[in-house]
Amino acid sequence: MDAIILARMQFAANMTFHILFPTITIALGWLLLFFRWRWLTTRDTAWLGAYRLWTKVFALSFALGVVSGITMSFQFGTNWPGFMEKVGNVAGPLLGYEVLTAFFLEAGFLGIMLFGHGRVSERVHMTASFLVAFGTTVSAFWILALNSWMQTPAGHVVVDGVFEVMNWFDVVFNPSFPYRFTHMMLASALTCSFLMAGLSAWQMLKGVAETSAPKVMRVGLTVAALLIPVQILVGDAHGLNTLEHQPQKIAAIEGVWHTERDAPLLLFAWPDAATQSNRFAVGIPDLASLILTHDRNGEIRGLNEFPGQHPPVAPLFWGFRIMVGVGMLMLAVSWVGWWLARRAGWSADRIPKRLLWVLTGMTFSGWVATLAGWYVTEIGRQPFIVYGLLRTADVAATNVTSPMIGMSLAMYLALYLGLILAYVGVLKYMAEKPEDLIENDAPSPSKGRNAAALNEGSVA
Amino acid sequence: MSFDHALPLIFMALMGVAMLIYVISDGYDLGVGLLMHRATAEEKDVLIASIGPFWDANETWLVLGIGILLVAFPKAHGVVLSQLYLPVTLMLVGLTLRGVAFDFRVKAKASDKPLWDRLFFAGSMLASLSQGWMLGRYISGFGEGWNYPIFAAAIAVALPAAYALLGAAWLIMKTEGELQAKAIAWAKLAWWPVVVGMVLISLATPWVSTTVRERWFTLPALIALMVIPLATGISLLAARLLLNKAIVRTTLCWVPFVALIAVFVLGFIGLAYSIYPFVVIDRLTIWEAASSPAALKVILIGVCISVPAIAAYTVFSYRVFWGKATELRYA
Repeated sequence: MDAIILARMQFAANMTFHILFPTITIALGWLLLFFRWRWLTTRDTAWLGAYRLWTKVFALSFALGVVSGITMSFQFGTNWPGFMEKVGNVAGPLLGYEVLTAFFLEAGFLGIMLFGHGRVSERVHMTASFLVAFGTTVSAFWILALNSWMQTPAGHVVVDGVFEVMNWFDVVFNPSFPYRFTHMMLASALTCSFLMAGLSAWQMLKGVAETSAPKVMRVGLTVAALLIPVQILVGDAHGLNTLEHQPQKIAAIEGVWHTERDAPLLLFAWPDAATQSNRFAVGIPDLASLILTHDRNGEIRGLNEFPGQHPPVAPLFWGFRIMVGVGMLMLAVSWVGWWLARRAGWSADRIPKRLLWVLTGMTFSGWVATLAGWYVTEIGRQPFIVYGLLRTADVAATNVTSPMIGMSLAMYLALYLGLILAYVGVLKYMAEKPEDLIENDAPSPSKGRNAAALNEGSVA
Repeated sequence: MSFDHALPLIFMALMGVAMLIYVISDGYDLGVGLLMHRATAEEKDVLIASIGPFWDANETWLVLGIGILLVAFPKAHGVVLSQLYLPVTLMLVGLTLRGVAFDFRVKAKASDKPLWDRLFFAGSMLASLSQGWMLGRYISGFGEGWNYPIFAAAIAVALPAAYALLGAAWLIMKTEGELQAKAIAWAKLAWWPVVVGMVLISLATPWVSTTVRERWFTLPALIALMVIPLATGISLLAARLLLNKAIVRTTLCWVPFVALIAVFVLGFIGLAYSIYPFVVIDRLTIWEAASSPAALKVILIGVCISVPAIAAYTVFSYRVFWGKATELRYA
């Protein structure tokens, strides 16, 4: 196979694996702060139980995010050596700031957040936990600034093929950054909330964690029910922003091969690149024009206007529909689920079994929607690495052979597959542990130092 | 020397220091990992507890080091990483296994714990071996010929031994009782391979690289340079002699670890002296490989603000977990 395809597959595999875990930890860091705060203010041990379990989930997810992030920092150079040579003046400082202001912050305070109880006061511990959560968010800020710049470059000038920065503010706050950052933060919150609701539902089905699981489920469903409508609005604004700056991406998403007015919203179709048309198309007349131009007769530019400069249609077309479809399902489940659970008084034995099964089935629905969305936006940037300015093929490694890339790709895939299975298996195992087992590792009152720290915390 | 001209030098120093801190701090983590299979099941928990709060931050220095290479010396980053494509991949697989095993071993089913312990050991070994191999290839300027792989292989074996020695010294400092006695025995065991490895490598380095040979054997620099091997020898000897004394188990338990840090620092100074002003020996100098001064200045501002902060909270974290390792619990 072509070395560049293999290099892209390898990078995509690593990115796919990596993004799963920050997507959880970005929001989970803040929700853990909430759990801890509830325990300190209410002294309800259910919140402590919830905090303990989800701290472990955080630690595990964080470790997987860190190791795959390290891999990524190397793959920039091994897979795309030309990228840094040409775009290094823009990408370098952004990545540098990410490591300096965020990566160290998270990693430095993680030890205290996870294991600092009894060694530091509750106040210091809360501060450490806050800094970890803050660090993950700042990290996302820098990475998404770079990613958005690659989609909608601004604030730079190209001198002899090398990018130089003219205005850093324009680089960071490039046209798509505010939309993408908000969209991703919300995606993290939704992924985390469905993970919480799903894992708690599984605990209720197994008859464990009777006191903490309903509380966690309530947090998860409430966050999801409130934020999904916001996400839909933000997603729509993001789409309009893409239409303005990357029209061929939208054309591919909507399957518009030729420029048209009164474009239908295709619900199903089989995009055929050979004939430049859609087969088996089922659509709602005029709706795509209405959504994208807010005018039912509005014109949408087709792929025919961008010969040799547009992404492949099928992955975008399908990826987008998977993302939206899963999102709509999440909306329905969170609203109906919240209503049903509330009617059951958020009590473990009265919440309908069927709802618990549905929520369990949707534990990782956030991952599916997030990955589908990322695939749409990243494949949608092709054939460019910096949209409109630099082609992916021009920055690929030329001195690494296909068999070498293929071999390492196989190694990574085997590793990642094993680790995902282990991760899901361990989440299930941890959730199924009876709650009294969780209680057992509580600091016992006899250990003066721990008890003193807790009391101090309750006063503070 | 103008400021713009000095910028690449500043970043080279930063990168070197980041790499040095990585090698020392993750070196003791990896070393403890290499000693895992020699410990009993209960002792394994103490081994992990001694490094658990630190390893994340320790590994971040590697990201910073490789990040500076990527950001400040993009041309060198491309050359070095495509030359080391396979060992880099193996190291990353090793670091991944090691990193996740930390968390999985305590969270997975009890029956799976031995599996994760084995993966922890295997990951540490794979990462150390690959790092040694990469160091060997790097020092020799990626030379081609029959003697170069032997040279790289020798370092690939010596570096894990040095890590194991450092890890054992860390455990002498962080543990008590029977485990501490074991750690002393492990340190004695690892000491000889390290000494032999260092002597052999010191002899072989000028032989595989003419550039290094010329740098080393010119008067009067040679006389000043002799301080490095002498101080290294004294540090290693002091550490070894102390291992036989009872006092290493009590008030002086930190001395072997500090002596070994000195060995690593001295080795680093020697290496830096050997290859300066190259970033890739005989191919790319620091200035040839550097990014534009404008980009470097932007990063330098961030470095000046954040590195002191990083240093401060790293010190804070070490103070919080100061003293003998105790059981780690999430609370």
